Amino acid sequence: MKLFRRGSRFVLGVFFLALGNCVPSAVAQESPYFVTYDHYLEEPGNLEIEYSSTFGTERGGNNFHSYWAEFEYGATAWWTTEFYLDGQTTFHDSTVFSGFKWENRFRPLQREHSINPILYVEYEDINGTDKTLKEIVGHDVEADFLESNAEIRREHEREVELKLILSSTVKGWNISENIISEKNLSNEPWEFGYALGVSRPLSLKALAKRCSFCRQNFVAGVEMYGGLGDRYSFGLKDTSHYLAPAVAWNMPNGWTLRLSAGFGLNDHSHKLLLRWGVAREINGFGGMVRRFFGAKS
Amino acid sequence: MKSAIVWFFGCVTLLAVSMALAREAKDGKGKPDVYAELDKAPEKARNRANPLENDPDAVAAGRLIFEDHCAGCHGDNALGGRKGPSLRAPEVQNATPGTIFWLMTNGVVRKGMPVWSRLPEPQRWQLVRYLKSLGVVPAPAVKEALTKQ
Repeated sequence: MKLFRRGSRFVLGVFFLALGNCVPSAVAQESPYFVTYDHYLEEPGNLEIEYSSTFGTERGGNNFHSYWAEFEYGATAWWTTEFYLDGQTTFHDSTVFSGFKWENRFRPLQREHSINPILYVEYEDINGTDKTLKEIVGHDVEADFLESNAEIRREHEREVELKLILSSTVKGWNISENIISEKNLSNEPWEFGYALGVSRPLSLKALAKRCSFCRQNFVAGVEMYGGLGDRYSFGLKDTSHYLAPAVAWNMPNGWTLRLSAGFGLNDHSHKLLLRWGVAREINGFGGMVRRFFGAKS
Repeated sequence: MKSAIVWFFGCVTLLAVSMALAREAKDGKGKPDVYAELDKAPEKARNRANPLENDPDAVAAGRLIFEDHCAGCHGDNALGGRKGPSLRAPEVQNATPGTIFWLMTNGVVRKGMPVWSRLPEPQRWQLVRYLKSLGVVPAPAVKEALTKQ
Protein backbone atom coordinates (compact mmCIF):
# COMPACT_ATOMS: atom_id res chain seq x y z
CA MET A 1 0.00 0.00 0.00
CA LYS A 2 2.87 2.34 0.96
CA LEU A 3 4.57 1.52 -2.33
CA PHE A 4 1.33 2.27 -4.18
CA ARG A 5 1.05 5.68 -2.48
CA ARG A 6 4.68 6.54 -3.26
CA GLY A 7 4.18 5.39 -6.85
CA SER A 8 1.04 7.46 -7.31
CA ARG A 9 2.78 10.53 -5.84
CA PHE A 10 5.68 10.00 -8.25
CA VAL A 11 3.31 9.68 -11.23
CA LEU A 12 1.44 12.80 -10.08
CA GLY A 13 4.74 14.70 -9.74
CA VAL A 14 5.94 13.68 -13.20
CA PHE A 15 2.53 14.52 -14.65
CA PHE A 16 2.55 18.08 -13.22
CA LEU A 17 6.20 18.57 -14.22
CA ALA A 18 5.38 17.56 -17.79
CA LEU A 19 2.32 19.78 -17.69
CA GLY A 20 4.49 22.68 -16.56
CA ASN A 21 7.02 22.38 -19.34
CA CYS A 22 5.50 20.71 -22.37
CA VAL A 23 2.19 22.40 -23.03
CA PRO A 24 1.27 25.99 -23.86
CA SER A 25 -0.24 27.50 -20.75
CA ALA A 26 -2.63 30.40 -20.33
CA VAL A 27 -2.41 32.84 -17.45
CA ALA A 28 -5.52 32.19 -15.46
CA GLN A 29 -7.57 34.76 -13.61
CA GLU A 30 -9.02 32.46 -11.00
CA SER A 31 -11.27 33.30 -8.10
CA PRO A 32 -10.20 32.07 -4.64
CA TYR A 33 -13.42 30.10 -4.04
CA PHE A 34 -13.40 26.35 -3.40
CA VAL A 35 -17.14 25.88 -2.94
CA THR A 36 -18.86 28.92 -4.43
CA TYR A 37 -19.11 29.35 -8.20
CA ASP A 38 -19.06 32.69 -9.96
CA HIS A 39 -20.42 33.28 -13.48
CA TYR A 40 -17.10 33.02 -15.30
CA LEU A 41 -16.78 29.92 -17.45
CA GLU A 42 -13.66 28.31 -18.86
CA GLU A 43 -12.44 29.93 -22.06
CA PRO A 44 -13.50 27.92 -25.13
CA GLY A 45 -11.01 25.24 -26.13
CA ASN A 46 -8.98 25.58 -22.91
CA LEU A 47 -8.55 22.78 -20.40
CA GLU A 48 -7.83 23.49 -16.77
CA ILE A 49 -6.35 20.71 -14.69
CA GLU A 50 -6.52 21.13 -10.96
CA TYR A 51 -5.55 19.14 -7.91
CA SER A 52 -7.19 20.15 -4.63
CA SER A 53 -7.08 18.89 -1.07
CA THR A 54 -9.10 19.33 2.08
CA PHE A 55 -7.77 18.53 5.53
CA GLY A 56 -10.62 18.24 7.99
CA THR A 57 -10.74 17.75 11.73
CA GLU A 58 -13.16 15.26 13.27
CA ARG A 59 -14.16 15.43 16.92
CA GLY A 60 -14.56 11.95 18.41
CA GLY A 61 -13.10 10.34 15.28
CA ASN A 62 -10.17 10.41 12.90
CA ASN A 63 -9.12 13.52 10.99
CA PHE A 64 -9.14 13.12 7.22
CA HIS A 65 -7.47 14.34 4.07
CA SER A 66 -9.62 14.29 0.96
CA TYR A 67 -8.41 15.20 -2.52
CA TRP A 68 -9.75 15.50 -6.00
CA ALA A 69 -8.54 16.04 -9.54
CA GLU A 70 -10.58 18.34 -11.78
CA PHE A 71 -10.53 18.48 -15.57
CA GLU A 72 -12.43 21.58 -16.68
CA TYR A 73 -12.97 22.15 -20.39
CA GLY A 74 -14.50 25.16 -22.11
CA ALA A 75 -16.73 23.50 -24.71
CA THR A 76 -18.06 26.88 -25.87
CA ALA A 77 -18.13 30.40 -24.45
CA TRP A 78 -21.50 29.54 -22.85
CA TRP A 79 -20.85 25.93 -21.75
CA THR A 80 -18.17 24.49 -19.48
CA THR A 81 -17.95 20.80 -18.70
CA GLU A 82 -15.92 19.35 -15.85
CA PHE A 83 -14.92 15.88 -14.69
CA TYR A 84 -13.79 15.04 -11.13
CA LEU A 85 -12.05 12.06 -9.56
CA ASP A 86 -12.27 11.95 -5.75
CA GLY A 87 -10.41 10.09 -3.04
CA GLN A 88 -9.62 10.39 0.65
CA THR A 89 -7.37 9.21 3.43
CA THR A 90 -8.80 8.92 6.91
CA PHE A 91 -5.96 8.91 9.42
CA HIS A 92 -5.54 5.64 11.37
CA ASP A 93 -7.96 4.04 8.89
CA SER A 94 -7.39 3.74 5.14
CA THR A 95 -7.09 5.42 1.74
CA VAL A 96 -9.99 4.94 -0.66
CA PHE A 97 -11.23 6.07 -4.06
CA SER A 98 -14.58 7.79 -3.52
CA GLY A 99 -15.96 8.07 -7.05
CA PHE A 100 -16.40 10.50 -9.89
CA LYS A 101 -18.52 13.54 -10.70
CA TRP A 102 -19.43 15.16 -13.98
CA GLU A 103 -20.71 18.72 -14.01
CA ASN A 104 -21.89 21.14 -16.65
CA ARG A 105 -22.39 24.88 -16.38
CA PHE A 106 -24.46 26.86 -18.87
CA ARG A 107 -24.67 30.59 -19.40
CA PRO A 108 -28.19 31.37 -20.63
CA LEU A 109 -27.73 35.12 -21.20
CA GLN A 110 -25.53 36.48 -23.92
CA ARG A 111 -24.38 39.71 -22.29
CA GLU A 112 -23.22 40.92 -18.90
CA HIS A 113 -25.93 42.08 -16.50
CA SER A 114 -25.92 43.35 -12.95
CA ILE A 115 -26.76 39.79 -11.86
CA ASN A 116 -25.60 36.99 -14.14
CA PRO A 117 -27.27 33.59 -13.83
CA ILE A 118 -25.53 30.30 -14.59
CA LEU A 119 -27.30 26.93 -14.62
CA TYR A 120 -25.38 24.03 -13.13
CA VAL A 121 -26.11 20.31 -13.50
CA GLU A 122 -23.97 17.60 -11.93
CA TYR A 123 -24.10 13.82 -11.83
CA GLU A 124 -22.24 12.09 -8.99
CA ASP A 125 -21.39 8.40 -8.75
CA ILE A 126 -19.73 8.10 -5.36
CA ASN A 127 -19.60 5.85 -2.36
CA GLY A 128 -20.17 6.83 1.26
CA THR A 129 -16.50 7.69 1.78
CA ASP A 130 -16.71 10.97 -0.14
CA LYS A 131 -15.30 13.66 2.17
CA THR A 132 -14.47 16.38 -0.34
CA LEU A 133 -17.15 18.67 1.13
CA LYS A 134 -17.34 20.54 -2.17
CA GLU A 135 -20.89 21.36 -1.24
CA ILE A 136 -22.80 21.06 2.00
CA VAL A 137 -26.46 20.13 1.63
CA GLY A 138 -29.37 18.87 3.71
CA HIS A 139 -28.35 17.65 7.14
CA ASP A 140 -24.67 16.98 6.32
CA VAL A 141 -22.99 17.14 9.73
CA GLU A 142 -19.63 16.25 11.27
CA ALA A 143 -21.03 13.09 12.90
CA ASP A 144 -21.61 11.57 9.41
CA PHE A 145 -17.85 10.94 9.16
CA LEU A 146 -17.50 8.94 12.38
CA GLU A 147 -17.92 5.53 10.73
CA SER A 148 -14.91 3.70 9.34
CA ASN A 149 -14.14 3.66 5.62
CA ALA A 150 -14.77 -0.10 5.49
CA GLU A 151 -18.36 0.45 6.63
CA ILE A 152 -19.30 3.50 4.59
CA ARG A 153 -17.65 2.48 1.33
CA ARG A 154 -20.43 -0.11 0.91
CA GLU A 155 -22.93 2.72 0.44
CA HIS A 156 -23.25 3.56 -3.23
CA GLU A 157 -24.76 6.91 -4.10
CA ARG A 158 -25.90 8.19 -7.45
CA GLU A 159 -26.89 11.81 -7.12
CA VAL A 160 -28.01 14.67 -9.27
CA GLU A 161 -27.16 18.17 -8.16
CA LEU A 162 -28.67 21.35 -9.53
CA LYS A 163 -27.43 24.84 -8.76
CA LEU A 164 -28.57 28.30 -9.64
CA ILE A 165 -25.47 30.46 -9.68
CA LEU A 166 -26.01 34.20 -9.43
CA SER A 167 -22.97 36.41 -9.72
CA SER A 168 -22.16 40.09 -10.09
CA THR A 169 -18.99 42.07 -10.51
CA VAL A 170 -19.05 45.65 -9.24
CA LYS A 171 -15.96 47.89 -9.10
CA GLY A 172 -13.66 44.87 -8.98
CA TRP A 173 -15.70 43.06 -6.31
CA ASN A 174 -17.23 39.73 -7.24
CA ILE A 175 -20.34 38.77 -5.29
CA SER A 176 -21.67 35.27 -5.90
CA GLU A 177 -24.66 33.39 -4.52
CA ASN A 178 -25.30 29.69 -5.19
CA ILE A 179 -28.61 28.00 -4.44
CA ILE A 180 -28.05 24.25 -4.28
CA SER A 181 -30.42 21.28 -4.51
CA GLU A 182 -29.33 17.67 -4.54
CA LYS A 183 -31.24 14.42 -5.02
CA ASN A 184 -30.02 10.94 -4.32
CA LEU A 185 -31.51 8.95 -7.19
CA SER A 186 -32.61 6.24 -4.78
CA ASN A 187 -35.73 7.03 -2.83
CA GLU A 188 -34.47 10.00 -0.80
CA PRO A 189 -35.80 13.55 -0.59
CA TRP A 190 -34.33 16.64 -2.25
CA GLU A 191 -31.71 18.30 -0.06
CA PHE A 192 -30.83 21.98 -0.12
CA GLY A 193 -27.82 24.14 0.59
CA TYR A 194 -26.24 27.48 -0.15
CA ALA A 195 -22.86 29.05 -0.84
CA LEU A 196 -22.01 32.75 -0.82
CA GLY A 197 -18.75 34.37 -1.84
CA VAL A 198 -17.18 37.82 -2.04
CA SER A 199 -13.75 38.45 -3.55
CA ARG A 200 -11.59 41.16 -5.06
CA PRO A 201 -8.12 41.38 -6.61
CA LEU A 202 -5.70 43.22 -4.32
CA SER A 203 -5.01 45.69 -7.12
CA LEU A 204 -7.34 46.54 -10.00
CA LYS A 205 -4.68 48.08 -12.22
CA ALA A 206 -1.95 45.99 -13.84
CA LEU A 207 1.70 46.94 -13.59
CA ALA A 208 3.70 47.48 -16.78
CA LYS A 209 6.13 44.67 -15.89
CA ARG A 210 5.98 40.94 -15.30
CA CYS A 211 6.09 40.04 -11.64
CA SER A 212 5.13 37.13 -9.45
CA PHE A 213 4.31 38.94 -6.25
CA CYS A 214 2.51 42.06 -7.54
CA ARG A 215 -0.79 42.73 -5.85
CA GLN A 216 -2.74 42.30 -9.12
CA ASN A 217 -1.87 38.56 -9.05
CA PHE A 218 -3.63 37.98 -5.74
CA VAL A 219 -7.38 37.68 -5.29
CA ALA A 220 -8.65 37.59 -1.72
CA GLY A 221 -12.13 36.74 -0.58
CA VAL A 222 -14.35 34.97 1.85
CA GLU A 223 -17.01 32.34 1.34
CA MET A 224 -19.78 31.01 3.52
CA TYR A 225 -21.58 27.74 2.88
CA GLY A 226 -23.89 25.31 4.60
CA GLY A 227 -26.95 23.08 4.48
CA LEU A 228 -30.59 24.09 4.52
CA GLY A 229 -32.26 20.79 5.36
CA ASP A 230 -34.36 18.73 3.01
CA ARG A 231 -37.82 18.71 1.50
CA TYR A 232 -39.44 17.44 4.71
CA SER A 233 -37.40 19.44 7.20
CA PHE A 234 -36.30 22.65 5.52
CA GLY A 235 -34.37 25.08 7.68
CA LEU A 236 -31.24 25.44 9.77
CA LYS A 237 -31.96 22.73 12.36
CA ASP A 238 -29.28 19.99 12.40
CA THR A 239 -27.25 21.58 9.64
CA SER A 240 -23.61 22.61 9.42
CA HIS A 241 -22.18 25.95 8.26
CA TYR A 242 -18.73 27.31 7.49
CA LEU A 243 -17.00 30.64 7.04
CA ALA A 244 -13.84 30.45 4.95
CA PRO A 245 -11.40 33.23 4.09
CA ALA A 246 -9.59 32.32 0.87
CA VAL A 247 -6.86 33.61 -1.40
CA ALA A 248 -5.79 32.82 -4.98
CA TRP A 249 -2.37 33.53 -6.42
CA ASN A 250 -2.39 33.68 -10.22
CA MET A 251 1.25 33.30 -11.19
CA PRO A 252 2.54 34.71 -14.48
CA ASN A 253 3.89 31.26 -15.50
CA GLY A 254 0.34 29.93 -15.76
CA TRP A 255 -0.01 28.20 -12.40
CA THR A 256 -2.65 29.14 -9.86
CA LEU A 257 -2.40 28.38 -6.16
CA ARG A 258 -5.40 28.65 -3.86
CA LEU A 259 -5.64 28.44 -0.09
CA SER A 260 -8.59 28.53 2.26
CA ALA A 261 -9.23 27.94 5.94
CA GLY A 262 -12.87 27.11 6.71
CA PHE A 263 -14.12 27.45 10.26
CA GLY A 264 -17.19 25.61 11.50
CA LEU A 265 -19.89 27.97 12.74
CA ASN A 266 -21.88 25.57 14.92
CA ASP A 267 -21.58 22.30 16.83
CA HIS A 268 -22.59 20.21 13.82
CA SER A 269 -19.70 21.56 11.70
CA HIS A 270 -16.12 20.32 11.47
CA LYS A 271 -13.99 22.69 13.49
CA LEU A 272 -11.53 23.29 10.66
CA LEU A 273 -11.44 22.60 6.92
CA LEU A 274 -8.08 23.54 5.51
CA ARG A 275 -8.07 23.55 1.71
CA TRP A 276 -5.43 24.10 -0.91
CA GLY A 277 -5.36 23.63 -4.66
CA VAL A 278 -2.99 24.00 -7.58
CA ALA A 279 -4.21 24.49 -11.15
CA ARG A 280 -2.81 24.90 -14.62
CA GLU A 281 -4.70 25.99 -17.70
CA ILE A 282 -3.78 24.51 -21.08
CA ASN A 283 -4.38 26.96 -23.87
CA GLY A 284 -6.06 25.57 -27.01
CA PHE A 285 -6.37 22.01 -25.70
CA GLY A 286 -9.39 21.29 -27.93
CA GLY A 287 -7.40 22.33 -31.02
CA MET A 288 -4.45 20.14 -29.99
CA VAL A 289 -6.75 17.12 -29.64
CA ARG A 290 -8.33 17.79 -33.03
CA ARG A 291 -4.93 18.15 -34.72
CA PHE A 292 -3.74 14.95 -33.01
CA PHE A 293 -6.64 13.15 -34.67
CA GLY A 294 -5.75 14.66 -38.02
CA ALA A 295 -8.20 17.56 -38.27
CA LYS A 296 -7.00 20.63 -40.16
CA SER A 297 -6.78 23.71 -37.97
CA MET B 1 -18.33 -1.81 -10.70
CA LYS B 2 -19.76 -2.68 -14.11
CA SER B 3 -22.27 0.16 -13.97
CA ALA B 4 -19.53 2.59 -12.90
CA ILE B 5 -17.54 1.65 -16.02
CA VAL B 6 -20.62 2.12 -18.20
CA TRP B 7 -21.23 5.54 -16.65
CA PHE B 8 -17.57 6.49 -17.07
CA PHE B 9 -17.55 5.66 -20.77
CA GLY B 10 -20.92 7.34 -21.15
CA CYS B 11 -19.43 10.54 -19.73
CA VAL B 12 -16.35 10.31 -21.95
CA THR B 13 -18.60 9.86 -25.01
CA LEU B 14 -20.71 12.87 -24.05
CA LEU B 15 -17.55 14.92 -23.51
CA ALA B 16 -16.33 13.97 -27.00
CA VAL B 17 -19.73 14.88 -28.50
CA SER B 18 -19.67 18.24 -26.69
CA MET B 19 -16.21 18.99 -28.10
CA ALA B 20 -17.39 18.10 -31.61
CA LEU B 21 -20.49 20.29 -31.24
CA ALA B 22 -18.36 23.15 -29.96
CA ARG B 23 -16.14 22.83 -33.01
CA GLU B 24 -19.16 22.88 -35.30
CA ALA B 25 -20.55 25.96 -33.60
CA LYS B 26 -17.21 27.69 -33.95
CA ASP B 27 -16.98 26.94 -37.69
CA GLY B 28 -20.04 29.16 -38.03
CA LYS B 29 -20.60 28.48 -41.71
CA GLY B 30 -22.22 31.43 -43.46
CA LYS B 31 -21.80 33.67 -40.40
CA PRO B 32 -22.13 37.40 -40.94
CA ASP B 33 -19.33 39.92 -40.66
CA VAL B 34 -17.23 39.12 -37.58
CA TYR B 35 -17.05 42.78 -36.67
CA ALA B 36 -20.81 43.35 -36.77
CA GLU B 37 -21.02 43.01 -32.99
CA LEU B 38 -19.18 46.32 -32.58
CA ASP B 39 -22.19 48.12 -34.08
CA LYS B 40 -24.39 46.79 -31.29
CA ALA B 41 -22.66 48.83 -28.59
CA PRO B 42 -25.21 51.18 -27.00
CA GLU B 43 -24.70 54.92 -27.46
CA LYS B 44 -23.83 55.47 -23.79
CA ALA B 45 -21.13 52.77 -23.83
CA ARG B 46 -19.77 54.01 -27.17
CA ASN B 47 -19.24 57.50 -25.80
CA ARG B 48 -17.35 56.46 -22.67
CA ALA B 49 -13.89 57.97 -22.59
CA ASN B 50 -10.88 55.95 -21.53
CA PRO B 51 -9.99 57.14 -18.00
CA LEU B 52 -6.40 55.93 -18.60
CA GLU B 53 -5.99 57.85 -21.86
CA ASN B 54 -3.12 59.87 -20.37
CA ASP B 55 -1.59 57.13 -18.24
CA PRO B 56 1.99 56.69 -19.47
CA ASP B 57 2.13 53.01 -18.38
CA ALA B 58 -1.22 51.93 -19.80
CA VAL B 59 0.07 50.73 -23.19
CA ALA B 60 2.88 48.64 -21.69
CA ALA B 61 0.58 47.14 -19.08
CA GLY B 62 -2.08 46.50 -21.75
CA ARG B 63 0.47 44.64 -23.88
CA LEU B 64 1.15 42.20 -21.03
CA ILE B 65 -2.57 41.65 -20.45
CA PHE B 66 -3.00 41.06 -24.19
CA GLU B 67 -0.22 38.45 -24.19
CA ASP B 68 -1.74 36.68 -21.20
CA HIS B 69 -5.39 36.61 -22.19
CA CYS B 70 -5.93 37.57 -25.84
CA ALA B 71 -2.96 36.44 -27.96
CA GLY B 72 -4.03 32.77 -27.75
CA CYS B 73 -7.04 33.52 -29.98
CA HIS B 74 -6.16 36.79 -31.74
CA GLY B 75 -2.49 36.05 -32.46
CA ASP B 76 0.69 37.49 -31.00
CA ASN B 77 0.48 40.66 -33.11
CA ALA B 78 -3.32 40.92 -32.90
CA LEU B 79 -3.47 40.11 -36.62
CA GLY B 80 -5.91 37.26 -36.00
CA GLY B 81 -5.44 33.64 -35.03
CA ARG B 82 -7.12 30.27 -35.31
CA LYS B 83 -10.12 31.40 -33.31
CA GLY B 84 -10.26 35.18 -33.22
CA PRO B 85 -10.31 37.83 -35.95
CA SER B 86 -7.66 40.52 -36.50
CA LEU B 87 -7.92 43.37 -34.02
CA ARG B 88 -5.97 45.62 -36.36
CA ALA B 89 -8.75 45.78 -38.93
CA PRO B 90 -10.17 49.28 -39.54
CA GLU B 91 -13.47 48.19 -37.94
CA VAL B 92 -11.71 47.73 -34.58
CA GLN B 93 -9.08 50.43 -34.84
CA ASN B 94 -11.60 53.08 -35.85
CA ALA B 95 -14.08 52.10 -33.13
CA THR B 96 -14.25 54.34 -30.08
CA PRO B 97 -12.44 53.21 -26.91
CA GLY B 98 -15.85 52.85 -25.24
CA THR B 99 -17.03 50.46 -27.98
CA ILE B 100 -14.00 48.20 -27.59
CA PHE B 101 -14.37 48.27 -23.82
CA TRP B 102 -18.06 47.33 -24.13
CA LEU B 103 -17.28 44.40 -26.44
CA MET B 104 -14.58 43.11 -24.11
CA THR B 105 -16.91 43.33 -21.13
CA ASN B 106 -19.80 41.53 -22.82
CA GLY B 107 -17.94 39.18 -25.14
CA VAL B 108 -19.63 37.64 -28.16
CA VAL B 109 -20.69 34.54 -26.30
CA ARG B 110 -22.64 32.83 -29.08
CA LYS B 111 -19.65 33.17 -31.44
CA GLY B 112 -16.98 31.98 -29.04
CA MET B 113 -15.64 35.13 -27.41
CA PRO B 114 -16.01 34.90 -23.63
CA VAL B 115 -16.99 37.81 -21.42
CA TRP B 116 -13.95 39.56 -19.97
CA SER B 117 -15.57 41.39 -17.08
CA ARG B 118 -13.43 39.04 -14.98
CA LEU B 119 -10.59 41.47 -15.70
CA PRO B 120 -11.00 44.53 -13.47
CA GLU B 121 -12.17 47.69 -15.27
CA PRO B 122 -8.79 49.49 -15.16
CA GLN B 123 -7.13 46.47 -16.79
CA ARG B 124 -9.72 46.44 -19.58
CA TRP B 125 -9.03 50.14 -20.20
CA GLN B 126 -5.28 49.41 -20.26
CA LEU B 127 -5.99 46.74 -22.86
CA VAL B 128 -8.02 49.23 -24.92
CA ARG B 129 -5.09 51.65 -24.85
CA TYR B 130 -2.74 48.92 -26.10
CA LEU B 131 -5.08 47.82 -28.89
CA LYS B 132 -5.59 51.39 -30.09
CA SER B 133 -1.82 51.91 -30.09
CA LEU B 134 -1.30 49.11 -32.62
CA GLY B 135 -2.78 50.90 -35.62
CA VAL B 136 -4.60 49.65 -38.70
CA VAL B 137 -3.26 46.80 -40.81
CA PRO B 138 -5.57 46.33 -43.83
CA ALA B 139 -6.85 42.84 -44.69
CA PRO B 140 -4.44 42.08 -47.60
CA ALA B 141 -1.44 43.04 -45.42
CA VAL B 142 -2.80 40.83 -42.62
CA LYS B 143 -2.94 37.87 -45.02
CA GLU B 144 0.63 38.55 -46.14
CA ALA B 145 1.87 38.87 -42.53
CA LEU B 146 0.13 35.64 -41.51
CA THR B 147 1.62 33.77 -44.50
CA LYS B 148 5.11 34.95 -43.50
CA GLN B 149 4.54 33.65 -39.91
